[in-house]
Amino acid sequence: MEFINEFGGILIKGTMETLYMTFASVLISYLFGLPMGVLLVVTEDNHIMPSKTINRILGTIVNITRSVPFIILLIAVVPFTRMVVGTAIGSKAAVVPLVIGATPFVARMVESSLKELDKGIIEAAASMGCSNMEIIYKVMIPESMPSLTLGSSITTITLIGYSAMAGVIGAGGLGDLAIRYGYYRYESELMLVTIVILVVIVQAIQFAGNHVSKKINRLY
Amino acid sequence: MIKIENVTKIYSNKKGDFLALDGVSLEVEKGDIYGVIGLSGAGKSTLVRCINLLERPTMGKVFIDGEEITAMKKSELRKVRQSLGMIFQDFNLLMQRNVIDNIRFPLEIAGVGKVEAKKRALELLNLVGLEDKSHSYPAQLSGGQKQRVAIARALANNPKVLLCDEATSALDPVTTLSILNLLKSINQSMGVTIVIITHEMKVVETICNKVAVIESANIVKNGLTKDIIGHFKEV
Repeated sequence: MEFINEFGGILIKGTMETLYMTFASVLISYLFGLPMGVLLVVTEDNHIMPSKTINRILGTIVNITRSVPFIILLIAVVPFTRMVVGTAIGSKAAVVPLVIGATPFVARMVESSLKELDKGIIEAAASMGCSNMEIIYKVMIPESMPSLTLGSSITTITLIGYSAMAGVIGAGGLGDLAIRYGYYRYESELMLVTIVILVVIVQAIQFAGNHVSKKINRLY
Repeated sequence: MIKIENVTKIYSNKKGDFLALDGVSLEVEKGDIYGVIGLSGAGKSTLVRCINLLERPTMGKVFIDGEEITAMKKSELRKVRQSLGMIFQDFNLLMQRNVIDNIRFPLEIAGVGKVEAKKRALELLNLVGLEDKSHSYPAQLSGGQKQRVAIARALANNPKVLLCDEATSALDPVTTLSILNLLKSINQSMGVTIVIITHEMKVVETICNKVAVIESANIVKNGLTKDIIGHFKEV
């Protein structure tokens, strides 16, 4: 009871901040990452829009961004964050580095989902007179939807992990609580509770992802 | 109907060049069921893909109804492709769409209205004998049923030509025969010209009026099936 009185408020606030940061950055990183992933696939040799140049440039950008440790990215992009959001502190500001960190991850997830698709289906679509855009929107993406859905739950869970680090720029969230109270101030009980909440959120997302993916998949 | 003129196809990669077709010429007339037979790797799949330019010939020309499609712009080529149906060994159906939506797909691409597309799709389902499967998904169908859906889909836009790439190679003999009979009846009732790529002499004997034998990138013999078959029997 005493525990709830003391920490209940910050736990709710922390949970809200984590959820806000995670879902906002997932949505925005798919906005950029989905087209990037599509481009990575279609510009490959023997695909519908082969281009070594685009493929290589995009691949390199993705790899460089993915190599930078997130905690460093978080601080390195502060000037950019300030330009976009107006401030470099808080949950809203944290969305900017989260999106930058997650977009290349999303691009690779999308790439691997789309690559699972049988090339024969693309060939069949081309034989029916589909344009490249129609192949992407009407064939590649809808046919990969179950796999893309699973990928999005993995992305979301990864972003929950990333968001824990955003405490560094005062973004709050559950991870920040666990570090500040649990780790620095030896409030083990609070740390345990934040971890339990995180576990529940991760489980729920994974469960939802698996469920939806299975529900929409017509392959089995 | 289809005229292939001196078509050469070379695949280049780091290891070197591979000659898949070496100056091949072939003429298919309206109403033909033209078989192209050869061993795997002989170039027959490349040849059929050169007819709708899924593979672009390195040299040579391809004419459909007297029009040179090798000289066409992409948008014109897409229009022509709608008049050239194609079916495949692995069926290549859209696995996340049900049967009726698979058949509607090419109509959607051709810009046919929803009501009309549905009507046409139902007609085609009737034609291939799968009226009761309209809401099934491809994963729930047998190989023969999948190929019937693929045939219905390929016929949706009333094509002049149906290209069949090893269309019966994944099927058992009984199902093969029923698919071949279906193709024959489509040829006769709708006047669709058919090109069949196969490695099975049985397929050629069963339905093709003409045949070309392809061997290491060249057509070594072509003509009426009865003459060619006779030749093989002599050998």
